[in-house]
Amino acid sequence: MSLVMDIWTICAVSAGALFFLAGTVGLLRFPDTLTRLHALTKVDNLGLGLITLGLLPQTSSLLLAVKLVIVWLLVQLSGAVVTQLVAGAIRQHGADG
Amino acid sequence: MSIASVFDIALVALILAIGASTILVRTAFAAVVMFAVYGLLLSIAWVRLHAVDVALTEAAIGGGMTGLLLLGAVARSRSDDVDRVRVGYPVRLAAGGLCALVVAGLAIVVLHPPAAVPTLAPVVMENLPPSGLGNPVAGVLFVFRALDTLLEKVVVLLALLGVWSLAPDRAWGGTPGLQVYAKPDPPLIFLAQLLPPVGIVFGIYMCWVGAKDPGGAFQGGTVLAAMWLLVIVAGLQKAPAISRLWLRGLLIAGPMLFLAIGLAGWVFADAFLAYPEGYAKPLIVAVEATLTLSIAVALAMLAAGPPERAQQQ
Repeated sequence: MSLVMDIWTICAVSAGALFFLAGTVGLLRFPDTLTRLHALTKVDNLGLGLITLGLLPQTSSLLLAVKLVIVWLLVQLSGAVVTQLVAGAIRQHGADG
Repeated sequence: MSIASVFDIALVALILAIGASTILVRTAFAAVVMFAVYGLLLSIAWVRLHAVDVALTEAAIGGGMTGLLLLGAVARSRSDDVDRVRVGYPVRLAAGGLCALVVAGLAIVVLHPPAAVPTLAPVVMENLPPSGLGNPVAGVLFVFRALDTLLEKVVVLLALLGVWSLAPDRAWGGTPGLQVYAKPDPPLIFLAQLLPPVGIVFGIYMCWVGAKDPGGAFQGGTVLAAMWLLVIVAGLQKAPAISRLWLRGLLIAGPMLFLAIGLAGWVFADAFLAYPEGYAKPLIVAVEATLTLSIAVALAMLAAGPPERAQQQ
């Protein structure tokens, strides 16, 4: 059973890391601020989400697992709002302001 | 080489790189952003050193709070009514010279460590049980070095007085001019409605857990301050006028209670800031809870800045 859990962890965390890599490449290579934001949100949602899901079977207690999920949800919330704020600022003032 | 040491080396390299770019970037805004990132990376380094209390404080104060204060300073220096003074070469030379002196001092300490590092850690662990606390850091802060902690809280109040004294005469006693957004921003309002309940519970939890595990008044207070600032910035609630009695009462409540218990120590436990036997933990928890509130209000008011508008009646 623990082998299955470990394989699940390795797969999910690797997939999450892949999203982090892709998001970072996007952040560096995409041409303008809005598309760069688009790349960043993938990292927040999917990258961190997959890593959280992968780490869940490794937790020693239910409380720890709940804490992990709460961290993911809070990062998602703040990421989504900050993205909206940055995008709104660009819309109002342009990419330089 | 193990994975952990590869991670540590990469982390140190990253911290050095971010530190260098904090100095090298051209604009003040970019430097402040780099500084906040630097604080967050540094807190990861503290976690790697198993100093979780320091890590929490670094993330909350070093990365978050100081970053916010510096951002406020950048915004102020951008506005038009600031005198643009060019810094002359003698001043720059003096600043550079002093910095070099500090670096040289640090380098001497780091390159020539004493053969046996002096530590009081075993003594702390030996004498911790009578206080009823489980977190040695809380023990040092509130039992062994309580005077330092008391003075530290007073320093925060002095800093706030310094900020307030920058107010023009007509605005004295008025409301701080914290206004980031000209008109309400829907996503921000959404966040300011959703996050504070979670953040307040988390801030109280951090203070409460500080007696036993990493956490404490400063970390919890910073989270509470952040929640209040979020509500103010989103425009849901105005910053209070600094002449409000409840505001000033909350500001001094923590240090006053600490001082009162300290003075009572003379009567009941034969020394200033000593706790009577058996009552140490409840007293410390009471002091920490009140301090959390005072720190939260003080930090939020520090970030809100000096009063700019006269109080509306």
